[in-house]
Amino acid sequence: MSTLRGQTVPDPEHALHLLRQMLRVRRLEEKCIELYSAAKIRGFLHVYIGEEAVAAGVMETLSPEDAVVATYREHGHALLRGVSAGAILAEMYGHAEGCCRGRGGSMHLFDAATRFYGGNAIVAGGLPLAVGLALADRMAARQQVTVCFFGEGAVAEGEFHESMNLAALWQLPVLFCCENNLYAMGTALGRSESQTDIALKAASYEIPAWAVDGMDVLAVEEAARRAVDAVRSGGGPHFLELRTYRFRAHSMFDPELYREKSEVAQWMERDPISLLRGAMQAAGQLPDDGWAGLQADVDAEISTAVGFAENGTPEPVSELARFVYSDRLEENNSGTDIGKEPGKGGAAE
Amino acid sequence: MKTTYREAMRAALREAMQRDERVFLMGEDVGRYGGSFAVSLGLLEEFGPERIRDTPLSESGFVGAGIGAALGGMRPVVEIMTVNFSLLALDQIVNNAATLLHMSGGQFNVPIVIRMTTGAGRQLGAQHSHSLEGWYAHIPGLRILAPATLADARGMLWTALQDPDPVLIFEHGSLYNVAGELDEDAGAVGIDKAALLRQADGTADTVTLITYCGTLPLVLEAADQLAGEGIGTDVVDLRTLRPLDTHTLLDSVARTHRAVVVDEGWRSGSISAEIAARISEQAFFDLDAPVERVCSEEVPVPYAKHLEQAALPSVERVMAAARRAVGAGG
Repeated sequence: MSTLRGQTVPDPEHALHLLRQMLRVRRLEEKCIELYSAAKIRGFLHVYIGEEAVAAGVMETLSPEDAVVATYREHGHALLRGVSAGAILAEMYGHAEGCCRGRGGSMHLFDAATRFYGGNAIVAGGLPLAVGLALADRMAARQQVTVCFFGEGAVAEGEFHESMNLAALWQLPVLFCCENNLYAMGTALGRSESQTDIALKAASYEIPAWAVDGMDVLAVEEAARRAVDAVRSGGGPHFLELRTYRFRAHSMFDPELYREKSEVAQWMERDPISLLRGAMQAAGQLPDDGWAGLQADVDAEISTAVGFAENGTPEPVSELARFVYSDRLEENNSGTDIGKEPGKGGAAE
Repeated sequence: MKTTYREAMRAALREAMQRDERVFLMGEDVGRYGGSFAVSLGLLEEFGPERIRDTPLSESGFVGAGIGAALGGMRPVVEIMTVNFSLLALDQIVNNAATLLHMSGGQFNVPIVIRMTTGAGRQLGAQHSHSLEGWYAHIPGLRILAPATLADARGMLWTALQDPDPVLIFEHGSLYNVAGELDEDAGAVGIDKAALLRQADGTADTVTLITYCGTLPLVLEAADQLAGEGIGTDVVDLRTLRPLDTHTLLDSVARTHRAVVVDEGWRSGSISAEIAARISEQAFFDLDAPVERVCSEEVPVPYAKHLEQAALPSVERVMAAARRAVGAGG
């Protein structure tokens, strides 16, 4: 159970980078749990611990101009897409320095600069958005890819099937990444789906789809690269089922009555960070001081981020009603022609 | 020039497609079929299947795709066949289109226009006869338009497309065949203000009739007949249900001292309830009579013609309400 495919890590520098990326997510979320327990942050908090190889592997294959749509378990996706840990934590603090100025919180992280479109907390609700982002790219003849993350729980929703069909029908440049962690909150896949082979469902829409070991970051990256390259070169939508596992509870309110501790323990033997670290050590590519240095770097990053969030300022209540409608005279991120005077004539004048 | 509400809508779509290459129309049967209400008839031949885009029956999917395309820099016009089917896309409209700007702290606006037919009166039974625009007007983040006139059918779309935020346009099914005169150079119109279509003269008894969209024709007819009875009317066409132009309403009520709100939606929790509340909150001391409402009976709209007509606002009911208001005012 404790091996990575091939046992060899071809590029030590790149492997170290992937290890760092996964560790950044792990440490950020361990800190989130701590801050939640200390009541510094509130609302729902869904951590990704155990699933880091998925976001780390997939993000590696994207370009800055690509778009990412994620779920409410998206701290890691945001961080690895390039949103700073400070902006993420400040958001959870409800501070003006947060990536959404305190209006989104843990489940709704957004970032225009990195084309990170949430932070979508309605299961499967992000899939049609991803289809539309890809449609815009297609109509504007841009060689961009939209990557859409969602859990296996989403495949029971109508929006999943509508989105698969539209993406395939119109051959849109979108990569669907199903993070199959086996449980939709507490409902096991086999208790909610008549067909549990998720890649097969996507394939039934004529979308190239395959399952990947989601605990093996190298396997994820390899599969994602293949898929992203195919999508970018006009191959239409692709679909990856990333088989992974959530080590922690669904949220901070989950007593985990629905699964055995032994099952969790068994999966933790395939902790994606330990797997890569072990493979690198076995290949002589990660000396002890290398691992210690990596941890120190990441701890410093998170510690700085906590300081940034702690020292942030609450978004003023006087700003409460902002961003319900656009400030019509301001420039905005969609490049809308705003502030134009409508023509004259008609009943209103 | 002689035209119809349908042709005015089509002219607006054509103009938008010609003026802005980011604009495209997407929906069920908008292309080869020519639009289920024939609004887009002929546009497929003119603009091609990329921009006049037929969709499967996947309301949530294609409305969500419209939102995504808007985020991606396009200016989609999404047609939902009727408001009844828009309920299948409610998640995308309410949870995504209306919230993204706010949730993202102002980073992501959604410049989408969603058009749909609304209303009853054509013996289509309960599942094709809802008037739910008042529901949508409950949602912060959306702008709700309800064109009643040829000028608005022609002019609201372009202005809606310039709006950086999501706009829903409700077209009453009974209006498509309404014909009349429209200026050759008719174009974009404002979407911020209600319209005072008729103003009471110095008659002793006056009342403001407030309505929008499909019930405007019957309200105008009632106003004509009331004039014959010596009751003068202001007629306010709301045009935009959100944000409401309360100012125009209050201005009129300050002159007439009475108000009748006519709304094809059900009375409970309706846009008429909101208007009545605002008048009582902000013009209580201007009123000489309680605000009257003429709404649909609180039943699913029935098929049989006599039952359906009995359920809907009518000229007679509007006149009776106006007389009550005037009578109560002494």
